[in-house]
Amino acid sequence: MTTTTRFTTERRPLLARVGRGLRTPGGAIFVLLAILLVGLFLYNPSLGDPGQFMRFLGRTAPILIVALGQYFVIVSGEIDLSMAAIIAAQVVLAGNLIGQDASRILPVVLLMALLALVVGLLNGVLTTLFRVPSFIATLGTALVVSGITFYATGGAPSGNPVDSFREIGRGGIDKVPVFGFVPYSTIVLAVLVVLALVLMRRPFGRMLLAVGDNARMTALAGASVWWLRTRAFILSAFASTIAAIVLVGYAGVSPVVGQGYQFIAITAVILGGVVLGGGRGWVLSAIAAAFALEVLFSLLDFIGVQSTWRPAVQGVIILVALGVPLLRFTRRRSQTLRSNRPNK
Amino acid sequence: MNGRTAAVRRTLGSTTATVYAIFVVVAIAGAILAATAGSAFFTEGNLESLLTATTVLGLVAIGQTLVVLLGSLDLSVPFVVSLSSVLAAGVMLGSADNLVAGILTAVVASTLIGLVNGLLVGLVKINGFIATLGIGLIVSGYLFTNYQGSTGQASPQLVAFGGLTLGFVPVTTILMFACLAIVMVLLTRTRTGMHVFAVGGDPEVARMSGVRNAVPVIVAHALSGLFAGLAGLVVVARLGVGSPQVGSQGGYDLLSIAAVVLGGAVLAGGRGSLWGSLGGILIFATIDSILGILQVNPYLKDVVRGVIIIVAVAVYARRSVPRRPARFGGGAR
Amino acid sequence: MPALSIRSLSKSFFGYPVLSDIDIDLEVGEVHGLVGENGAGKSTLMKILAGVYAPDSGSIHLGETDLRFTHPTQAHAAGISTVFQEFNLLPDRSVAQNIYLGREPRVRGFVSSALMNRNAQALFDSLGVTTISASARVGDLSVAQQQIVEIAKALSYDARVISMDEPTAALADHEVALLYGIIRTLTSRGVTILYVSHRLREIFDLCDRISVLKDGVLVTTRAAAELDEQELVRLMVGRPLSTFFATADADAVVGDVVLSLQSAGNAWVDDISLELRSGEIVGMAGLQGAGRTEVLEGIAGSAPFTRGTVEVAGKTVRIRSPRRAIQLGIAHITEDRKATGLALGQSVLDNALSVVRATTPRRVGAARRRALTMLQDLELSARGPDQEVRYLSGGNQQKVVLAKWLLTEPRVLLLDEPTRGIDVGAKQALYVLMRTLAAAGHAILMVSSELPELIGMADRILVLRDGRLVAELPAASDEETILAAASGIDTGVAA
Repeated sequence: MTTTTRFTTERRPLLARVGRGLRTPGGAIFVLLAILLVGLFLYNPSLGDPGQFMRFLGRTAPILIVALGQYFVIVSGEIDLSMAAIIAAQVVLAGNLIGQDASRILPVVLLMALLALVVGLLNGVLTTLFRVPSFIATLGTALVVSGITFYATGGAPSGNPVDSFREIGRGGIDKVPVFGFVPYSTIVLAVLVVLALVLMRRPFGRMLLAVGDNARMTALAGASVWWLRTRAFILSAFASTIAAIVLVGYAGVSPVVGQGYQFIAITAVILGGVVLGGGRGWVLSAIAAAFALEVLFSLLDFIGVQSTWRPAVQGVIILVALGVPLLRFTRRRSQTLRSNRPNK
Repeated sequence: MNGRTAAVRRTLGSTTATVYAIFVVVAIAGAILAATAGSAFFTEGNLESLLTATTVLGLVAIGQTLVVLLGSLDLSVPFVVSLSSVLAAGVMLGSADNLVAGILTAVVASTLIGLVNGLLVGLVKINGFIATLGIGLIVSGYLFTNYQGSTGQASPQLVAFGGLTLGFVPVTTILMFACLAIVMVLLTRTRTGMHVFAVGGDPEVARMSGVRNAVPVIVAHALSGLFAGLAGLVVVARLGVGSPQVGSQGGYDLLSIAAVVLGGAVLAGGRGSLWGSLGGILIFATIDSILGILQVNPYLKDVVRGVIIIVAVAVYARRSVPRRPARFGGGAR
Repeated sequence: MPALSIRSLSKSFFGYPVLSDIDIDLEVGEVHGLVGENGAGKSTLMKILAGVYAPDSGSIHLGETDLRFTHPTQAHAAGISTVFQEFNLLPDRSVAQNIYLGREPRVRGFVSSALMNRNAQALFDSLGVTTISASARVGDLSVAQQQIVEIAKALSYDARVISMDEPTAALADHEVALLYGIIRTLTSRGVTILYVSHRLREIFDLCDRISVLKDGVLVTTRAAAELDEQELVRLMVGRPLSTFFATADADAVVGDVVLSLQSAGNAWVDDISLELRSGEIVGMAGLQGAGRTEVLEGIAGSAPFTRGTVEVAGKTVRIRSPRRAIQLGIAHITEDRKATGLALGQSVLDNALSVVRATTPRRVGAARRRALTMLQDLELSARGPDQEVRYLSGGNQQKVVLAKWLLTEPRVLLLDEPTRGIDVGAKQALYVLMRTLAAAGHAILMVSSELPELIGMADRILVLRDGRLVAELPAASDEETILAAASGIDTGVAA
């Protein structure tokens, strides 16, 4: 039952905390990731080389960044299904507007940032102030955003942007000690992860968790619920945009770039133990889960499973990650679960 | 008896009536717009294509209405539509002899997928959004892996059936209305159907009244699968081939949910009607058709669709949320 | 032979007895009143009869048969129905559909709405109710009509015994008369009614016999004719006021007015005028639904006042949001800790800091240090600041809620049922704390349904009835006086 120990401000020993943490879904993902990585190295020893591994990590960066953005939205109790559309729109924007003129990079990037801001704001306001369920609101803005972008650009991307812009996704720093080669994308990723970690420790991050847990309580505590959630959507739109910039370099311009990314991101966030409906989950676990997913996909590639099976693998992971704990839970207590509602 | 007149009055004052009023307004606006563009809106060809567009989405929306009434969702419908189309066309292979086998394969597979959704939501108690998303992803993985492009060929009878019309009304549309009628009977004349409303309205009240909540959940999801499968068959009848992309390109998940909401259903469950959903679809189809006549860029069509969906849901979400009854007036705000 | 016999029924939650050894006989066709203060065990007894809880020991007999329920439907099948305070109705379905939910009548395999409506209408006819159409949508009915639908639903199970929990809580006076008529019709048909109410006038109007529960024990069962209101209140209360409550220091100083309302009102309360001084604990009494919580919500900005004026520390203010109220130094400790007071999945520290984070994020650093010492001073029992509050006991959860508000250094504390659901030891600690806070200059406005608590703690007591302030009573008023003012019965004491 309840603990009767006196309250102390001392924290428990590090080892004990790590041990407990690993038994939660958010901690177990690190174990799973380790196992998958061992498998990957066994199948493909060349990835054991630090430089090769960094390249691999760099390739997965866009997905990890998207998962990071989705984390903010999900933890606040909503969901963002406009990410793929934003990525596609931004990729086409970059390709068509920058073209071969390097001097246009800055204004176009600013335009892209503005687009992200507007779309995130729109998603947030529609969901909170206009009470449109987030999955409908974000799917709606996805239609609008991609429609406008493709209409304005004539539908077909006119080619890749100038190489100096693509360098962010393709290039890297050579001759780094230990690693050898460090792609820029991994640096972008690292910076974003650190920023996210800091953000989640700041009042904003803590209140975001509180909103996802109990929005009514958060409102009574004097917080502005709509603005908290709207900021999460804005962060998500920015994450999509950064992922798009990296992808332009790595994959080049194509309207199908980024397709399915949001579902990988959602799968990863769920797999990382972040609870849909909000209020629970660690940002690093979401990132680790996204990476684990990418490692799993490469492993499946090596084993010879076609990449077209990826969505199915995600589906199975979602159902297992959510279904198994529920089955165990219902067996333990015969209480009824009122979980039969979408989006609360 | 006076119960019936009360029911009629209720229907007239309801959101369903509003939906059809909007539909009429949209249709008239369409006719005027079409006239200014130099073409007629109410031509037989135009109406036929409008009804045709209504049919596939209508079938999907019938199932979606059931599921939404229950307080759940079905995001797997686009993939089930595609799966049904490739299975049917794949089994038929253009042969008249394989007609029944093809139809049966498609229908059984679709219903089974719906059934799995229902079991996950009703018994394992996974949130409907996530359960059907997971199943949808699994089906899409199967589709992407095994089919690259259009596949198989419809039996000639099916193609003939798809082209059959009564006046300007396609027979497939009549089939859709038959399904609508059957589901209507299910909802109003069977216990399971009535319990769909109860479980959607308040699962705890339903349980306390002795309803076994899992039954309507499973039945509604299975039927949603079945109707998505039928929609896939209509697609095969039209296209003559199966296509692994036809469902997701049609955006049937979002459009069907939007039509249901536009038709007055509440996403939390318990409130909504099939006629309302049909009205929602008619509105979408009419707008699509107007945009077609006006030769609007297909990308802008998407924009219009997105705006309509958002605005419609936002307007409906504004409807009053139950709150404490006021004791004192003058609380102007 | 009694219609229903309850024999030595006991039930405890987590080792804490809520009903011990209850024996009650309900005679055929009687209205049996069940009264007692909050926490006396009335609700638990009703839920056992309804099959929601299983008793730990003891038995229930309906005529000759011994009853054992594991699910509410079994109670219905046995002929015992319960009308709970919260309606168990679906607002979007028709009256008949609600009544026959789960038992829809079928003709040749199909549900017959016509038959269902006829049956429902017949049921209303038999109750003498003509104002409800069986095909009407329940959500379109008035609260009173919904209450009647609940009763009709209970009756439709062929109930021999119907228990009703505060059936008039949401009804206006003229609607109560309608309910009385229905109850008389039922008893004339041999149906037995177990009637739970706080409103003593109703108990005397309706009941043949009355059972009094106190602290989970049956005090007595008597014929209503043998009792009068004063005597009944004495039986319900009849407990010595011990030194359980922290008393104010003799030299405690009541300071300036920090909060004053003049004719404040909104949709739920009207014409509320009161003054709150620093160093003072003011109690607010009233029956369920009298508008006590709404007054606090009006002050705290979560359901703002739309009329009248509010002054904080002498300045006229408009409080339109919780945020504004917090900035003005108002803290609102809500009634429902789990729904509105805490984010259960977050840690002790995160909850404690939530208000500071939301309103003055720059002060989080300092607040964090103070939070830790404050939680220690409050003698919180928890594994540490990282423990999720869901794993704390009710009393400890309440301490976290208090800490989160005290960290904002409020001038005014609004406490809504602060001791609900917490154990005796924690209650006492809270009383001491409230005294300390008052002595430190906080102004406290406390709503409580537990009269001994109000009497023991408050320097004066405001009484609300039907959304209006009806009395201001001095400290140490007796319970009879407060109850009389709250329920509007005349006991010879001027309200």
